[in-house]
Amino acid sequence: MTNTIDFPTPSERGRFDWSPHAQALGFEFVSSQKAWATLKLPFREDLVGDPDSGVIAGGAVTALLDHVCGHAVMMAIDFMTPIATLDLRIDYMRAAEPGLGVFAEAHCYKVTRSIAFVRASAWDKDKNDPVATAQAAFIINSDSGRRGSGHPPEAASGQGAST
Amino acid sequence: MSDTSDQLDALLSRIPYARYLGMRAELAGDEMTAILPFAPHLIGNPTLPAIHGGVLGAFMEMTALAQISIMQGLTRQPRPIDISLEYLRSARPLTTYARAEIRKIGRRIANVHVEAWQETRANPITLLRGHFLLSPKED
Repeated sequence: MTNTIDFPTPSERGRFDWSPHAQALGFEFVSSQKAWATLKLPFREDLVGDPDSGVIAGGAVTALLDHVCGHAVMMAIDFMTPIATLDLRIDYMRAAEPGLGVFAEAHCYKVTRSIAFVRASAWDKDKNDPVATAQAAFIINSDSGRRGSGHPPEAASGQGAST
Repeated sequence: MSDTSDQLDALLSRIPYARYLGMRAELAGDEMTAILPFAPHLIGNPTLPAIHGGVLGAFMEMTALAQISIMQGLTRQPRPIDISLEYLRSARPLTTYARAEIRKIGRRIANVHVEAWQETRANPITLLRGHFLLSPKED
């Protein structure tokens, strides 16, 4: 699937160098607990979406929400298994304040044998005044991404995430 | 259509985040194809490897914005109200293409569907449906 994320080892939780795009965007780990995760996207000029306003791009917030949802799923399942986004719905309440970074918190509130359901919200200054909210479903233990990867199933199950 | 083509180039080159992703677009008449060449910083999962789902969402969202802008000649960017992304297939480390179809455009709201594909257009990798708030031409 498009967004398959391998389960990071415990020492990798909270680090993002296992995901080049998360690292490139400069995601920062804020906190996590069982089924919950919070990340921050610091403001950067090259992530601006509308040069007239200086506001961070909606697309960068999309990437942040997608990533934090995946992180919450990984915090909810206590076995090492790859996951993949099935669908992601985002509502944009308002533009972020120019020059401010964006926080996002996700809660994986239900896990079935195949699917994990997640809610998330993103804010800049006040958690109670979100810039966007999201609802996502992830497929657990997806094997579709293995096509053509040349990895045996064990290698795709998380141990080699940072290799 | 070269005016529109210039307008499209100008639009994308003015958006820092579009430059960051490396996105560009081509026009054939009034039909726009957005192009996202593969780059290592777009990878979400290095084991597969696969392009980050958020990159595809961002790319398709900007495809929708660009399509609305070239149709409407807006001086200000439309703003996304909501988007829904459906991930069908893994995004491999290849060039990704997208086309947007404006299903309905009114005075204030546009409904847009976007399809992204890699090698075969008939096998889309991701779909986007979204509503966008149009900004008036004059502030």
